[in-house]
Amino acid sequence: MNEKEWPLFEVFVRSRSGLEHKHVGSVHAADARMAIEHARDVYTRRQEGVSIWVVRSSDITASDPAEADAFFEPARDKVYRHPTFYSIPDEVKNL
Amino acid sequence: MYTQGLDSPGREALHASSPDTAALEARFQARVDADEKIEPKDWMPEGYRQTLIRQISQHAHSEVVGMLPEGNWITRAPTLRRKAVLIAKVQDEGGHGMYLYSAAETLGISRDQMMAQLLSGAAKYSSIFNYPTPTWADVGAIGWLVDGAAIMNQIPICRCSYGPYARAMVRICREESFHQRQGFEIMMTLARGTPEQRRMAQDALNRWWWPALMMFGPSDAESRHTAQSMRWKIKRFTNDELRQQFVDITVPQARFLGLEIPDPHLRWDEASQHYVFGPIDWAEFQQVLKGNGPCNRERLEARRRAYEQGRWVREAALAHAEKQRQRAAQAA
Repeated sequence: MNEKEWPLFEVFVRSRSGLEHKHVGSVHAADARMAIEHARDVYTRRQEGVSIWVVRSSDITASDPAEADAFFEPARDKVYRHPTFYSIPDEVKNL
Repeated sequence: MYTQGLDSPGREALHASSPDTAALEARFQARVDADEKIEPKDWMPEGYRQTLIRQISQHAHSEVVGMLPEGNWITRAPTLRRKAVLIAKVQDEGGHGMYLYSAAETLGISRDQMMAQLLSGAAKYSSIFNYPTPTWADVGAIGWLVDGAAIMNQIPICRCSYGPYARAMVRICREESFHQRQGFEIMMTLARGTPEQRRMAQDALNRWWWPALMMFGPSDAESRHTAQSMRWKIKRFTNDELRQQFVDITVPQARFLGLEIPDPHLRWDEASQHYVFGPIDWAEFQQVLKGNGPCNRERLEARRRAYEQGRWVREAALAHAEKQRQRAAQAA
């Protein structure tokens, strides 16, 4: 079994108009067109989608989970980015 | 459908822990204990990775081999409705296999490697699919009992600590419920039919009952991996707990059908509020796992033939894709 494997594609499905595409899994296919058809058969047999994106798994660059703490650290001490950081008297309305 | 490979012997790659890995392992276990999900690129103990690869790939193989016993009846389904339903069900099983292979691949094993393990006989799949389907009632019994046992097993895996496996399981469980209901409906139709149809339904129950109980794997006393798998939250209940739960819900269903469970020891126990059932023939289970079940050879042969006969399609599709790529490059 040393033949060449069909490349792997990650599959993203938009479940209905108005929602974003969401990652659902992956399929193997010879090319992108076939990947879309396989994704339809594997991930939308019950009308789970109105649109499909596929992208070669090898084309995805991901952040490193091992460095997640350091990588996302800059946001940690900036609580002032949240509305609850500011105390406003109760009698002030519509804020 | 379902895997029972959780407990079949596998290579356990538990490395001797250095102080570093000990710290990583402690942190990992703390995350699992806190019900955090583990995702593909996260650090994980090698034993956890290997256990998941084994379990998920065996589960995937079970889905794919599981298409065969039922596929046997597609051309002979009694009505167009039954035929459309059966095709949809068998296609679902194929789809479940694909979800699971896809989840296993996130752990660093390739689809080809898994396929090679299945075709060489190195990988196991659920023992249940090595039983034959000589009558139409078997299609009903499989949906009702085999998919019923599968659901019992799979629902807790929806909360498994490994994210991609848990997500695949959620999709599968959603679809599995149709499988069980269509199976029960077939049994109900037969049970309310002619005396001959009733006999067919009873005969199918007689043949599938015990193999269905074996789907939950060896008894807890014999089960090698249960404790570790539960610590890692790959598994949430023991084999015996799930088996008992299955018996408790299925016996009243059989009674509704007016069929008899083929177990002379079966009785309701008022004190424990459970059914007590007779001893399981574990020698038969071991024989089927070892490859000596009624259909082991036939099933593997069918998978190998499909793989070989599909080779030219896989190669041609790749060649076509390559040609298209070159043409597009030239045109640009």
